[in-house]
Amino acid sequence: MPLPYYVSPEQMMQDKAEYARKGIAKGKSIIVMEFAAGMLLVAENPSASLNKISEIYDRIAFAGAGKYSEFENLRKAGIRYADLKGYAYGREDVTAKSLANAYSQTIGNTFSEAMKPLEVEILVVEVAEEGLPNELYRLAFDGSIGDEKGFAAIGGQAEELRLYLKDKYEDGLDQTGALRLATRALEAATSAKVKPENLEVAILERGRTGRTFRRLSHEELQAILAGAD
Amino acid sequence: MPSFFDPYDVGSSFFDLLRQNRPDLVPQVQLKLEGISRAESQELMDAPRATTILALKYRDGVVIAGDRQATEGFQISSRRIEKVFKADDHSAIAIAGVAGPCIEMAKLFEVELVHYEKLEGMSLSLEGKANKLSQMVKANLPLAIQGLVVIPIFVGYDVRRGEGKIFKYDLTGGRYEETEYYATGSGGKEARSAMKKLYRPYMAEDDAIGVALEGLIDAAEEDVGTGGPDFVRGIFPTVKLVVTAGLHDVAEARIREACQAIVNLRANIQREAGADGETQAKRIK
Repeated sequence: MPLPYYVSPEQMMQDKAEYARKGIAKGKSIIVMEFAAGMLLVAENPSASLNKISEIYDRIAFAGAGKYSEFENLRKAGIRYADLKGYAYGREDVTAKSLANAYSQTIGNTFSEAMKPLEVEILVVEVAEEGLPNELYRLAFDGSIGDEKGFAAIGGQAEELRLYLKDKYEDGLDQTGALRLATRALEAATSAKVKPENLEVAILERGRTGRTFRRLSHEELQAILAGAD
Repeated sequence: MPSFFDPYDVGSSFFDLLRQNRPDLVPQVQLKLEGISRAESQELMDAPRATTILALKYRDGVVIAGDRQATEGFQISSRRIEKVFKADDHSAIAIAGVAGPCIEMAKLFEVELVHYEKLEGMSLSLEGKANKLSQMVKANLPLAIQGLVVIPIFVGYDVRRGEGKIFKYDLTGGRYEETEYYATGSGGKEARSAMKKLYRPYMAEDDAIGVALEGLIDAAEEDVGTGGPDFVRGIFPTVKLVVTAGLHDVAEARIREACQAIVNLRANIQREAGADGETQAKRIK
């Protein structure tokens, strides 16, 4: 009987991480930013129907970068988790924190047990009621979870975007200001002009009751971004 | 080997998801396979019941309305119960029958529609929504036979075709589209009779609300289970409108005013009839 090759756990994890990083690096990026009246989600996405940003629950949204089929499955699982929880208990008992924890478990288990790790990076975003802090969680391909303040970026150019936004981001931006800053960051990271039709943008509006998630149409984007020049 | 398009996959339905993952939370659990005894059935019969609901079409869409009373045998169990619920931005559901399962079904139906919309990125067609509700009513059949009846009316605005629609249901999940108006529940017959006389196609909004309230007030006058407008406690029927722009509630002040107008009109007619009677009586003397 031939003996299987011995691979040290460290080596195996390293290989998996490298594989996942490579996969994610190929994809486009997403920025999530807090602004005065809520949370702004901006994704570079040439497709009008294959979404990277989605509504999960009344005040919670999801953004996924990397392999579409994989983050799409995570998105669906998130909606199912949230709706089941909200139906069994109450609507306000569905929180970004518990959802992010559930994601962390799933992605982490897949990373350590499956042959192929998930090539995804996701953001779980919750807009809080008036006067309370918003929540923003970043989940990496290995299930590690981070709590971000102000802004977060995932995807191929995540590092460049973070460096750019670190100096330029300020608290209390209005919606237009936040959207223009996010677009400028994407342009700086890719060193190319970003067209409104290649952007997927949604907001979670703090002041609304019930479902706070709203997508911005290409016309709205055009109107906001045209004033920037 | 991965299975492609697994037929047992729950897909985009919350109802199926619940059935598969949390069967304890599905409202349609059968109480007992062998049926229930007379005493048990009596016990169920005494559960709170929601009564009259109605819907009618008008120029801009559909009006859907319901009274606010729930009865428990010969007692009033609640004066302020809600029987008309928002299903999503362009549709609403009103429910008659045993209050507990009714409210549960309305809640489940609302989650069902939003769940589908979030997963698929677009909302169900009006036909699809009506059909899904039909399946939920059908799943309730074992309970209905044991006395826990749930009968909904579903209305919606078909944005793709630009018209409002009314769907009525029977116990078995049968779904029928109604072209003008419909009412059901314990006072449904009276409400239908009232609307039969007053309904005109393409009515204006105010007239349509008036006809709906006439129907409910007639039902309240004839049926013990239905609550009329209560000026003392300030409780009035629920009225919602489904139009192109979406679903919206009619403000309570407006309903109060319309109810007051109907009641005043009826009082005047009574007074005049009384006066006529007196003069006639004098003439005979």
